This record gives sequence, C-alpha cells and structure tokens, in this order.
Amino acid sequence: MSTDNSVTNSTEAVLRTEGLNIYYGSFLAVQNVWLNIPKNQVTAFIGPSGCGKSTLLRCYNRLNDLIESFRAEGKVYFNDKNLYSPDIDPVEVRRRIGMVFQRPNPFPKSIFDNVTFGAKINGYKGDMAELVQRSLQQAALWDEVKDKLHQSGLSLSGGQQQRLCIARAIAVQPEVILMDEPCSALDPISTLRVEELIHELKERYTIVIVTHNMQQASRVSDRTAFFNVKTSEKGGRSGYLVEFDATEVIFSDPQQEDTKAYISGRFG
Amino acid sequence: MTDSFPQNSLVRSGFSRRTLFNTVMTCLGFLCGALALLPLLALLTYVIVQGFSSLGPNIFFQLPPSPFGQGGGFGNAILGTILMVGIGTLISVPFGVLGAIYLTEFSSKTTARWIRFATNVLSGVPSIIAGVFAYGLIVLTLTKLKIGSYSALGGGFALAVLMLPIIVRTTDEALQLVSEDLRQASVGLGATNFQTVSRVVLPSAMPAIVTGLTLAIARASGETAPLLFTALFSSFWPSADSLFKPTASLAVLVYNFAISPYQNWQSLAWAASLILVVMVLITSIISRWATRQKA
Repeated sequence: MSTDNSVTNSTEAVLRTEGLNIYYGSFLAVQNVWLNIPKNQVTAFIGPSGCGKSTLLRCYNRLNDLIESFRAEGKVYFNDKNLYSPDIDPVEVRRRIGMVFQRPNPFPKSIFDNVTFGAKINGYKGDMAELVQRSLQQAALWDEVKDKLHQSGLSLSGGQQQRLCIARAIAVQPEVILMDEPCSALDPISTLRVEELIHELKERYTIVIVTHNMQQASRVSDRTAFFNVKTSEKGGRSGYLVEFDATEVIFSDPQQEDTKAYISGRFG
Repeated sequence: MTDSFPQNSLVRSGFSRRTLFNTVMTCLGFLCGALALLPLLALLTYVIVQGFSSLGPNIFFQLPPSPFGQGGGFGNAILGTILMVGIGTLISVPFGVLGAIYLTEFSSKTTARWIRFATNVLSGVPSIIAGVFAYGLIVLTLTKLKIGSYSALGGGFALAVLMLPIIVRTTDEALQLVSEDLRQASVGLGATNFQTVSRVVLPSAMPAIVTGLTLAIARASGETAPLLFTALFSSFWPSADSLFKPTASLAVLVYNFAISPYQNWQSLAWAASLILVVMVLITSIISRWATRQKA
C-alpha cells in the first residue's frame, strides 16, 4: 500500500508534508504522511474518529505547539519554507494560515472588535471600518449584522457565530484557511450557508477542511484525503493516510479497499 | 415480581414512614439553614441598631474626642483604613494577578503545583504572624533608617501579605475557567502568548478577578491584629508624611474604644463598626457595577 501521494498533483502545492510523524510523548498519533495541498482548492480530510485528521490539520499552523507533549518529525512545507525548522516564528505562521474551529468561538467582544482583533494585534494600519465590512461581506454575514456591529458577538445564532469566526479569520488576510469540522455544531440550514461560503472563498484562499460528514466532503471539496487508523502490536492506535485523490475519484472509484469500505458506510 | 414490594396505594398518605421521614428531614434542613443565617442577621441588626444612634456628620469630619468629651468622630481612622487598604491593594494586586497569570498560562505543571501549595499555606498563616513579619521587615527597618517606625507603610504591607493569597487563588481559578477555545482562537489569529492573555483571557476573567479583589479588600479592612503593632494608632489626621508615622484605622479604633470604660468611646466604636461594614458593602457594590457583563 503506497502512502506517497506527492506526485499526484498537477497544480501548485501550498502545503506539503514529507514523511510527517506526529507524536504525543512516545505515542505515535499519525504516521508517515506525504501529502500535497493544492492552491485555491478545497481539500477535505475524512476518516474514522482517532485517525489523526484534526491533529494533522493543527500541524499546518503549529497550533499543536500548545500541547506540551507534542512532537513532529518530518517536514511540513508552506510554499518553500519548512514550518518546523527552528528559525520559523509560529506566531507569524498562524497569521498566514488561519483556523476555524469545531465550535464557534467568538470572543466575548462586539462583532466589530471580533473582526478587528487579529488585524490590531498584527499591526494592521488600514481603515478598520472598511476591513470589517469587507471581511463580513466575504463571510456572507454583512447584511445580517451591519446595523448591530457593536453588539456582542455572542448575541448571534450559532451559524452566524461561525461565519463571524470565518470573517475574523479572513480579516488577517491569510493564504490558507484550516477548518476543523466547522459545521458539526450547526443546524442543516446554517451548514448549507457555510458550505456555500466555502465555495466562494476558494477563489481567494486555499482551504483545508476536516469533516465527519462524507456528503459534506463530496459537496464542498475538490480533493479528498482518506485517513484510517491501525492498531500496532503494542496496542497503540495511530492514524495514517490511505488515499488522496480528486473527490469524484475517492467517492466513485477509490483505489483502496479500506476507502471503499469507509465511504460505503461499512465501518467508521 | 411485584410480590417483593410493599403494597402501597397511589393516594398520598401523610403518615407512611417514608413520607414522615421526608417531611422531618426537610424541616430539619430548613431549620439548620435558618440557624446558619441567624448569626449574620443578628450581627447586622445589632451593629445597625447600636451604631446608628451615634451616627452623624461629625463622625466623618472630626477627630476622636477625649474620654467623657462631647461629640467627636473618627475621620482619621476612615482615611487611615482607606490609605492602608489602598497600599495593601497596590502591593498585592500586581504581584497576585501577574503571579496567577504565570501559574495558569506559562508555568509547567510541577511549578504550578508548588506555587499553588505555597499560596494555600500563606492563606492559612494567622494574621498576627503577618503582622510580626511586617513589623520585622518594615517597622524595624524604618526605625533603623531613622525615617519612621510604626507606620501606614508597615500596616499596608501586613495587609498585602494577607491579601496576596486570596488574589492569587481567585485569579488563578478565574483564569482556569476561561475556555480553551478562546485561547486557541486568539493564538490561531497570530496572537503572541502575552497578547492572548492581556486581550482575551484577562478581560473574560475580569469579573471573577474583581470579585476576588473585593473579598481581599473586605478581609483586609477588618483586620486588627496585624495593624496593632505595625500601624499602631493615632489621634491625628493623616498628613503628607504619615506613610512613615503611626496611623489610625477603623479596626484598631473599634478594638481600642470598645474595651475602654468610657461611654462616648464605646458608642463611637459601634458607629465605626457600622461604617466598616458599610464601606465593605459599598466596595463590593461598586466593583460588581463596574464589571457587570455587557452583553
């Protein structure tokens, strides 16, 4: 079984992992991932729970650094820089590679301050009001909140909060947006709105989305990576990349037996 | 199967063993609750009744009278208490809040455990010991340097020692309650650790931190033992150099006057108790009002 998918891409890769192993302490959580994420496309990560897709996603903006026992081996290239080389500043990485989380997590501040937060801390010098309008428009939230920008971000509904979080991520002008199950806490109508938004956003941004929902992966993504989990002799469970291909291929004609079994709902 | 259960009717009977036991226990619980409240209510009523009769505008603007003298007040003690609690706050808040931030946000788990342990020990130290410590450290030093002796500085320092563990603990708990999601959101936007703490975590925890500060102020303004031999007492108004001179405080005034044989001093002690309770109440109301959640 080959896990080397680095040659399957025709378009330019923004994020590239080479032989990435992720450890928590001595526990190998994700092993030997070779994966190229193409520019201005939506890449979906699917797979059963515990297969390490969120862990991998958080490697791309070094958010795993917050976990004390975390350790990465191998290389993660962003354009042509290895993100885990010692001279990289993780704070700057996180501005270029934004993140939207599973649960909507707006700050307990006004809608306006939520959007400008990232811009302020990163020393943005432009017009804040214009930045807020542009970001909220891109996040398809402007029309709903333009008259109440000074109300708390927490006063919005769950779906609106998640779009506010997307606007907040967009406001720092990242190149990549990572989404960690962004719709799992939303109702179907809000989910649909966020999915439409993802379609519009890929014109400007490269998007990587982790999802448990295979219909969602097939609706929003251009390419899909399927991860699985295997148990070692010692009983440790570690995730690995099974197959990475265009979304249509993964869902209609997967090359691996495991992928076929998973997408047809036989396990996971 | 149902044979093993007693045959109870569906209609409520007030005299079955279970119902009776339930009623008795409920009444007992209510009684104990009321008894627990009783000391508080009794104390407040007594202080209000006794203190109110000696209240008057003079109290705020005059110095303590001589025994058997007419009128008089304890404006100097009110100012002295405010001064010393203020000094205590100025010393303990920066150390306490920054220390707690270090605990929750930056330190390793082992370090945090030891510091928390040390704070708990400190909060268990009897207040008289804090007074002896401040006496040794501040009062004796001032005497050696010949710039003072018993002083507001010594009193304020002793109060700071007592306030510090309260502030560290409440801030520590408040910061731990701030959800990890918010921290990750901030870090994910390219914030440094310090930006995350100062702009996201601290503002979210602020109401709880201020509540802790109010607790600490309430504790400190009522402390008598550590002030007895650090700030002593004074019958004069605080002046520009009273940082280094003996200073009056409400708590010590109550202690001195309540045990005196003079009728007018005793009634002033009651009035001072009332003022002390009201001051603590006002502090807590102001802090609640200032940090109420704007939603």
